Amino acid sequence: MSGFEYILQQVINAVSLGSLYALVAVGLSIVFGVLKLTNFAHGDVMMVGAFTTVLLIGIGMPFIPALICGIIGAAFAGFLIERIAYRPIRNAPDVTRLLTSLAVTYILENFGILVFSSSPRNFPLPPALNDSWQLLDGAITFTNINILTLALTLVSLIGLGWFITRTTLGLGMRAASEDMAAAQLVGLDVNRLVIVAFVVASAFAGLAGVLWAAQAGVVQPQMGFTPLLKAFVAAIIGGFGSIEGALVGGFILGALEIFIVAFMPDAITPYRDAIVFSLLIAFLLFRPGGLLQPNREIKL
Amino acid sequence: MARLIISGVVVALLAGVAFGAPSLMSDYFVRILLIIALNSIFVLSLSLSNGFTGVFSLGHVGFIGAGAYLSGILSLTVAQKASLLPHLPAFMNWFSLPFLPATLVAGAFTAVLAIIVGYPLMRLSGYFVSVATMGFLIIVNVVLINASDFTRGARTFTGVPLDTSLPWVFGWLAVTLFVLWRLVYSPFGRRMKAVRDDTIAASAVGIDMLKTRLTAFAIGAFFAGVGGSLFAHYLGSFSPVTFYFAMTMNLIAMLVLGGMGSLSGALIGVICVSLLSELLRSVERGFTIGHITIPALFGASQIVLGFIFILIMIFRPKGIMGERELTFGFFRRSAKSQIKQGEV
Amino acid sequence: MNEPALLNVQDLQVRFGAVRALKGISLNVKQGEVVALLGANGAGKSTTLRTISGLSRPSAGDVFFAGRSIATLPTSQIVRLGIAQSPEGRRLFGSLTVAENLRLGSCTRTDAEEIAADTERMFSLFPILRERRPQLAGTLSGGEQQQLALARALMAAPKLLLLDEPSLGVAPLLVKHIFAALAELKRQGVTMLLVEQNMKLALQLADRAYVLRTGSVVLEGSSGELLSDDRVAQAYLGAAS
Repeated sequence: MSGFEYILQQVINAVSLGSLYALVAVGLSIVFGVLKLTNFAHGDVMMVGAFTTVLLIGIGMPFIPALICGIIGAAFAGFLIERIAYRPIRNAPDVTRLLTSLAVTYILENFGILVFSSSPRNFPLPPALNDSWQLLDGAITFTNINILTLALTLVSLIGLGWFITRTTLGLGMRAASEDMAAAQLVGLDVNRLVIVAFVVASAFAGLAGVLWAAQAGVVQPQMGFTPLLKAFVAAIIGGFGSIEGALVGGFILGALEIFIVAFMPDAITPYRDAIVFSLLIAFLLFRPGGLLQPNREIKL
Repeated sequence: MARLIISGVVVALLAGVAFGAPSLMSDYFVRILLIIALNSIFVLSLSLSNGFTGVFSLGHVGFIGAGAYLSGILSLTVAQKASLLPHLPAFMNWFSLPFLPATLVAGAFTAVLAIIVGYPLMRLSGYFVSVATMGFLIIVNVVLINASDFTRGARTFTGVPLDTSLPWVFGWLAVTLFVLWRLVYSPFGRRMKAVRDDTIAASAVGIDMLKTRLTAFAIGAFFAGVGGSLFAHYLGSFSPVTFYFAMTMNLIAMLVLGGMGSLSGALIGVICVSLLSELLRSVERGFTIGHITIPALFGASQIVLGFIFILIMIFRPKGIMGERELTFGFFRRSAKSQIKQGEV
Repeated sequence: MNEPALLNVQDLQVRFGAVRALKGISLNVKQGEVVALLGANGAGKSTTLRTISGLSRPSAGDVFFAGRSIATLPTSQIVRLGIAQSPEGRRLFGSLTVAENLRLGSCTRTDAEEIAADTERMFSLFPILRERRPQLAGTLSGGEQQQLALARALMAAPKLLLLDEPSLGVAPLLVKHIFAALAELKRQGVTMLLVEQNMKLALQLADRAYVLRTGSVVLEGSSGELLSDDRVAQAYLGAAS
């Protein structure tokens, strides 16, 4: 395999990983934009989506309808979480809300372990999706799942773009992210916006969860934790609270991780996650608004 | 004078329990007592930054783990080091430290680590410092897993001599309590609380924000490292995942339940959560009432604890004690009384 | 004339923590009137408007709009009932375009044709906005932003328009233009409650005015009376009155 082919393969991997990070990061950013809350339970919403799909496929539903149901299930889970855990503390200090968010994820993960046991289950991928394509005499491989991931990511992002520029609710969400008081002054209903934000964000998480599990081949209750943390870093890199930032951050992080694994010496590769989180700290210190929003947030 | 006598009696009582308990009580209860005392050290050290200085660190367990591993490595015999950690660098593999020095070195190491890490991080504001310290926890975890020459990586680290006993833990707990008590209810302690309550006003009166936060962070880390060493010599074997998010959530729950701005609150929180956990865990195994059998539901205790935590966040975020201390009227050292006594 | 006032503020008290921002404000605005709220910085004028719009909750007292108590209603409902505000500092959505800001202004309405007609009316009243239509609101100048803020509030087709400091940060020439537009709106019958530091402009537009000082009403009267009253200036300067 020549150098060029190797690079191309890594680009494909990076795009695939970046799409997943972008999907999760978008949901995190949407919720943070409207509520100024970091929803750590977002990862568990991914898990709900994945498990719903797996269970439905298990009882015979074909893949696409099961995927859609998984997304709906995740959206519903997000709605419930907001209603039960976050609304009562909406005006509480930041630390309280952060802790509540951690508690929710703790509960959901343990609940998942209780119901499903912590050992991984196979993700029943339809054979068609496992078909791989080979280019350049087998030097480059990608499977239908990679294609599906990219396609669904693009479709949902385009849909989201339409939603936030053409509909009043979508515009309202952007407005509320920027200035909640002004959004109220034009008559927007805060509760409704928050619900919409959570439902949309959770739907994205659900889709990401199914795709993630499909690519990994397994589901387990703790599956959402690592993607959540990574997506969080991605969102911070791009600019937390901004949808474009989440996109940019997601793909940058995907590229960075693949780069570290594929091109860095073996001594460094296992420290990939340490590098990623050092990057997080660096951004928090020097560029808290992310790449797209240089002037944000106060320090000491 | 009365104070001195009472304290003397209390100390004697505790010493009696510490030395006498193993022969009088079952292993199970001794273990519970030990864990409660150990967790108390953890939570007290956590409260210094999180409760009193307003820096809500999510990375405390990173210090605990670092302390545990360092102390563990130092305590292995030379022979153990040769077999378990064959690639340990030369400057470390020719000696073995006894319990107390290993513990002190661990504490010193984590304190220095805290100063290095805290120097940039303590400038961040509330939400960001929590997130950044969480990043620190993750980084420590990754390093522990990958620096296998030192830590055996993700495999179990074993062989640490089981030196931790009730007297040791009670002793260190007493030291921790004493140091923190003196610190929190002193002029420095008032500076900490000023930094927590109103950062703008604090800097306006000339308090050095960074230094105050950093000091609290580092002292907290010292006792975290000490506690980590004690924990290592209690467990004997452990792995990086021991010192990660599950432990973090556990300590935070204890801190918050008891009340973040109170030392006695920290102790109360530890006792309550520990007892509650034990109770729930025994229920978890399933039981029978009359004709009804409740099956085993492992993990349910964590779920219940999680819900209780959320309820506290909603209804009583200040915890049981809030910022008051349980002093039985013998030590009037709350902030209000300090003002009344004209010390402020 | 004993018709009931459109807006009736009764003994409104607002506190922020230990600070009493409003110590018992009473005022009213009748249908078709323009009423001005005058006073120095910190007198409580903006707090009054915020409370009427529901962004702050009173600790005592009440606000009646068209006979209905609105002091405990959420802001979005108050807007739906017919009160819109062009807030202090304009509070535009800088990352949204002029057109999107206007669209959000009308988000409580459902009559698409009327909304389109009103949008046209806004562009006639403030021609510069038509030019800037696809631009991000954050890139507009101070005066243009003020016009947009006004237009956005008007897009709600409000029965009562609250204006908070429309002249602040706006070049003098544009201030004249804005107040000319306000005069035209008054001629069309729009009811307004105007907070304004520029006393002269405010009293030229308004029918009546109240003067606030440290949270209480210290003077009220028709604009004619107040224009020639020394005590108004004194209230601003904080001299004993």
